[in-house]
Amino acid sequence: MKLGRREFLRAMLGAAGACLGGRILGPALASGVPSVPVTGQARKRRWVMLVDTAACDKGGCSDCIEACHRVHNVPALPDEKERIAWIRSLPYGQVLPDERAPLVRDNLGRRSVLALCNHCENPPCVPVCPTKATFRRDDGIVMMDYHRCIGCRYCMAACPFGARSFNWRDPRPFIKEINPGFPTRTQGVVEKCNFCEERIAKGQMPACVEACTEKGLSFFDLNDPAPLNRNTLESRYFVVRRPALGTGPSVFYLVR
Amino acid sequence: MYTKGLGIAVLALFLVPATLPLWYDAAAGRARTAPPKLELPAGKKACIEATDYMSRYHRELLARWQESVVREGRRTYVAADGKAYTMSLTKTCLGCHTDKAHFCDRCHDYLKVEPACWRCHVVPPKEGT
Repeated sequence: MKLGRREFLRAMLGAAGACLGGRILGPALASGVPSVPVTGQARKRRWVMLVDTAACDKGGCSDCIEACHRVHNVPALPDEKERIAWIRSLPYGQVLPDERAPLVRDNLGRRSVLALCNHCENPPCVPVCPTKATFRRDDGIVMMDYHRCIGCRYCMAACPFGARSFNWRDPRPFIKEINPGFPTRTQGVVEKCNFCEERIAKGQMPACVEACTEKGLSFFDLNDPAPLNRNTLESRYFVVRRPALGTGPSVFYLVR
Repeated sequence: MYTKGLGIAVLALFLVPATLPLWYDAAAGRARTAPPKLELPAGKKACIEATDYMSRYHRELLARWQESVVREGRRTYVAADGKAYTMSLTKTCLGCHTDKAHFCDRCHDYLKVEPACWRCHVVPPKEGT
């Protein structure tokens, strides 16, 4: 049989179409297998936190830190070098070193600012993890699977915010009162803030947000169609930590 | 086969120490220890899945729960009979099997296995203590 140019092209086009069709239809057909029913979660969520540095400054307390560390069984280690913190208070210049402009007008330099895991949109800690113990969920939460953590600390080296701590020793003896509702960690794993993933799942606010008496912390779903309190937000100046690094933090700071 | 005698001697030299525990037990007149008997917690009729499945595959089940809760954020387990359970070792499993020493440890000790669960997961405190 002799193929003419037109027949050849037509046959090739048909073959390409068949291949493409297989690529597109294949997964769709394969997913026809019934899967475990998923409860709720119709709308994709995107959790973010807003930290009001002024309210935090006014309060001058550490209620949020204590609440977080209490519910998550974070140990209080005496040695500064081994200290474990999911959330802590740091000088303004350390948390927001790129935001010098507000300093000129408002002398914010003396303020202490809360620092916690930023749950970045583009988290540097995730691709470096050799066991995928650190991963980013669809709802924006950067999670740790402690079952998989081998304690290599690549994530700690990758995180530009110092949000992670390593368990140099068994943390249990250093936990004042163990909360039986949440696991502890073990020696040799890295840990960090989980945006209170276990509380959100129950419809609760994160422990730090709930504990703040100055209402300096708020937590919400960016994809929530209900309007935020725009009045208070629109007149304020808010920033993220180290924006030039391009990690896309989910923790926003109201500076003024 | 000039070294037959030597071969048998070497074989015996290996086999005797290797099987010594068996001889030792036989000499002491001890029978094989019976495996621990599974008991249902007071007032309960069945586990979330069939007993045979649970005793054989509870590790796989727990590993699936762990992946599901931590990595996929799905916390509800639908058992074979259609009943829904919260995927939680400390709340669901130990909620019924309240005595960890009696339920978990007895069998694990018998089999000389040391699961790492309790290095992090907290054994729920007994009521009234």
